[in-house]
Amino acid sequence: MELLLFLILFPLLPAGLIVLIPHFTTRKIVARSSAAIMAATSIWLAWRCLVGGPEYFHLEAGTIDATMFGLEILIAAYLLYRCRGLPPRRLWIPALVVVQLLAMVGLEFGGQLPHVDRPLYADHFSVIMALIIGIIGSLTAVYSIGYMTEYHNHHPEIPVRRRRFFFTVFVFLSAMFGIVFSNSLSWLFFFWEVTTVCSFVLIGYARTEEAKFSSFHALGLNLLGGIGFLMAIGFEAYFAGEPTLDVDRLIAAGPALAMVPAAGIAFAGLAKAAQLPFSRWLLSAMVAPTPVSALLHSSTMVKAGVFVLVKFAPVFRGTTEGLLLALVGGITFLVTSLVAVSQNNAKRVLGCSTVANLGLVGMCAGVGTPETVWAAVLLIIFHAVAKALLFLGVGPIEHRIGSRNIELMEGLITTRPALGAIMIIGICGMFLAPFGMLISKYAALKALMDSNVLLAGLLAFGSAPTLFFWAKWMGKIVSIPHRPSDVVGPISLDKWVALGTLALGTLGACVFFPWAARWFVEPCVRHAYGATPGLATGGTAVMVGMLLVLFLLPLLYVVLPVPAVRAEGYLAGIGVERGAAFRGAMGKVHEVDMRNYYLSSFFDEHVLMRWGIRVCAALAFAMVVVSWI
Amino acid sequence: MDMTGVGGALLFLIGAPFAGGLLAGADRIVTARMQGRIGPPLLQPFYDVGKLFQKSRLVVNPFQPFYLWGFLAFLLVAGALFFSGGDLLLTVFALAVAGVFLALGAFSANTPYSHIGAERELLQMMAYEPMLLIAVLGLYQSTGSFLVRDILGSDRPPLVELPGVFLGFLFILTIKLRKSPFDLSTSHHGHQEVVKGITTDYSGPDLALIEVAHWYENVLLLGFVCLFFVPLHPALGIALAIATYLLEVFVDNTHARLRWQHTVKLSWWTGAALGLANLAILDLIR
Repeated sequence: MELLLFLILFPLLPAGLIVLIPHFTTRKIVARSSAAIMAATSIWLAWRCLVGGPEYFHLEAGTIDATMFGLEILIAAYLLYRCRGLPPRRLWIPALVVVQLLAMVGLEFGGQLPHVDRPLYADHFSVIMALIIGIIGSLTAVYSIGYMTEYHNHHPEIPVRRRRFFFTVFVFLSAMFGIVFSNSLSWLFFFWEVTTVCSFVLIGYARTEEAKFSSFHALGLNLLGGIGFLMAIGFEAYFAGEPTLDVDRLIAAGPALAMVPAAGIAFAGLAKAAQLPFSRWLLSAMVAPTPVSALLHSSTMVKAGVFVLVKFAPVFRGTTEGLLLALVGGITFLVTSLVAVSQNNAKRVLGCSTVANLGLVGMCAGVGTPETVWAAVLLIIFHAVAKALLFLGVGPIEHRIGSRNIELMEGLITTRPALGAIMIIGICGMFLAPFGMLISKYAALKALMDSNVLLAGLLAFGSAPTLFFWAKWMGKIVSIPHRPSDVVGPISLDKWVALGTLALGTLGACVFFPWAARWFVEPCVRHAYGATPGLATGGTAVMVGMLLVLFLLPLLYVVLPVPAVRAEGYLAGIGVERGAAFRGAMGKVHEVDMRNYYLSSFFDEHVLMRWGIRVCAALAFAMVVVSWI
Repeated sequence: MDMTGVGGALLFLIGAPFAGGLLAGADRIVTARMQGRIGPPLLQPFYDVGKLFQKSRLVVNPFQPFYLWGFLAFLLVAGALFFSGGDLLLTVFALAVAGVFLALGAFSANTPYSHIGAERELLQMMAYEPMLLIAVLGLYQSTGSFLVRDILGSDRPPLVELPGVFLGFLFILTIKLRKSPFDLSTSHHGHQEVVKGITTDYSGPDLALIEVAHWYENVLLLGFVCLFFVPLHPALGIALAIATYLLEVFVDNTHARLRWQHTVKLSWWTGAALGLANLAILDLIR
């Protein structure tokens, strides 16, 4: 138990220190060493859980509850303060803050809240999440040290508030640990709201109009999701047959007793995981500094959303509510994958793909069989690693080429081979066999086939555009430029540590996946269902074989005896300057310049999103309504 | 993997180029007859490839051959997996990897013809991928397994339960075999084999390898077709698969190339209306 409390409370120490210490170099040391401590502790915890199995802890929570309540009031006050001066059409945001505040006060003094006996726990699933937060989250924090200095060099107009930035990042990590270790619904809700506020602060970091707009957008939609959470707690306080706020007892109670709170929490989870109809907040949040995107919008915060969905998956198994949830996830997957095809902003592509993959997780959670949960947990792990790598890779590229436009990444593999290789590893990790996400998609497809054919069909249709937009991005990176270009500037050691670890993680994930599945994912499913899924890791040998083929391919350069002669590419004209231009039929010199297909009139973002939002809003609303009937 | 599995894989690795080459020769003769010509000898594709192998090896950049080897290697992986009785889903995934490699090779050359070829190749993949996956899902639904060796053991042809899936599969087979009206990525100018869409910037032995890779691919695809007829006599299954191929040649010669919008739309609608609907109905019946 001490370990859990340590992980939740420890990040607050560097958070405080960073605010207090005036000296920049000392602050860097604090940030680095605390990141290392967090990573080490989460690994230690994983080892303990591996040996000892899941544990639940009794705790006299009186003072802690009171402190949390006080902090919630403070947070609400802070939000109301920040909401001053909002235009009338956004006044619904402070209104939501007030509604939540009143509801919380009502619940606290209504005297009906059931007592939580064992508010803290650690099982295999929360340990997996803790590893993601402790390792990827910490790496992102380390990466930010170098990144933020560069960020301010590139944006002199933005006031430097680095201390506030790192304070928020560490508080956020603390809250994330809180979410995955809380067995009490009201604690979970508290930490949930803390992550909402942290994301609000971090997205609005630049204080430009766009940043402000996006931060309030995120705040509003997440608060809206929070209402679902309050509904769950309120139901347990006033309507439930056997009131309980213990998450494990709630899940064990099954759909007959726990459907209303489960649907409410799923609603909140959909908002936090930026599923349709809430997706817009994540896409517009890409204005934030890149580490924020990596931390909040790919590997950790949005994962809190799917964490609760998967947590409550046993309740959804075989129910109408579960089917509706799965449909929201599936449609989100399809629609945002199609939207990603038309994007040329690297971070927006990553954002769309994040939403899409979380949709896949949501779909698996809604179906709720042991097999789909198995696939969902795998998806969470692989996605966290590869997506964090991609986000953190885009950061330095953006600073080198001065843009997030994918078109300008042409020839990265020759201009900055290391960065290019990192992007390729990340992209392969997202969509290509035999890498992580494909292993999980393989599992998901098999699992879905056994429960709902149409959902498997949705997955088949959604995968196709995924292949298109990743492959064409990769194509840009591997295009060999005709003219030398200089993409210069050193990359700090902090960044290389983060990028290198994640790249190795992405590659290692496919090699060590069978063991990871046996040690963590299977116990996780067994704990939730009491049975191990029949999904054996049968394809593993083939996957490893494919990986081997991939690594052996370059050897052919050594083996193949024929020396190749370099020639100009075919231009249907006379090449000039080694194929950078050509002389056409009329003797005029034309520059060779290629652009990728974005098909934006075919896959119109606005039309797709509009319909996606309408349909999914109806489905999500129906899910909540049906749960009450 | 048992001995039959190894045997099947070896048979594919060694035999497929011969079968594929003969198929290509037959294709050219039949095409010629449909166009009122006599056509080349049956073995012409082998002569062509042999000649290409003798030419000197020109590359636009040193990375290009790497992608080509990747393309070929993953086709071999996919085929070996299939003919050893392995997982059909993984076969399809390996095929996708091969396709991506081919596109990357063209991207890498960074010239207009290659580039457009690569983009179109990816578009085609986006078009056929859903229906290809649905075909695999359909075979699973009908036979209860993703493993080719289990599907081979089923007691009645999956075609009986999967007529829609089969038709949908035939539709995207046209794209996969690079036949008109969906041969966008091989769109060439001046109708010469050496300047041809996605392979424009490959020449000599490299181009020969691409040709051989296509032979492998075609044999694998026809093997896939055979799965729908499974418990019938193998000879009959193969005859039906070849008939399918001739049908594709007929379609190739009677249709002009369509635009990519139509290609994507048509194949997705086919996938939904024939493939997915078939799966849903089968699910309801059971």
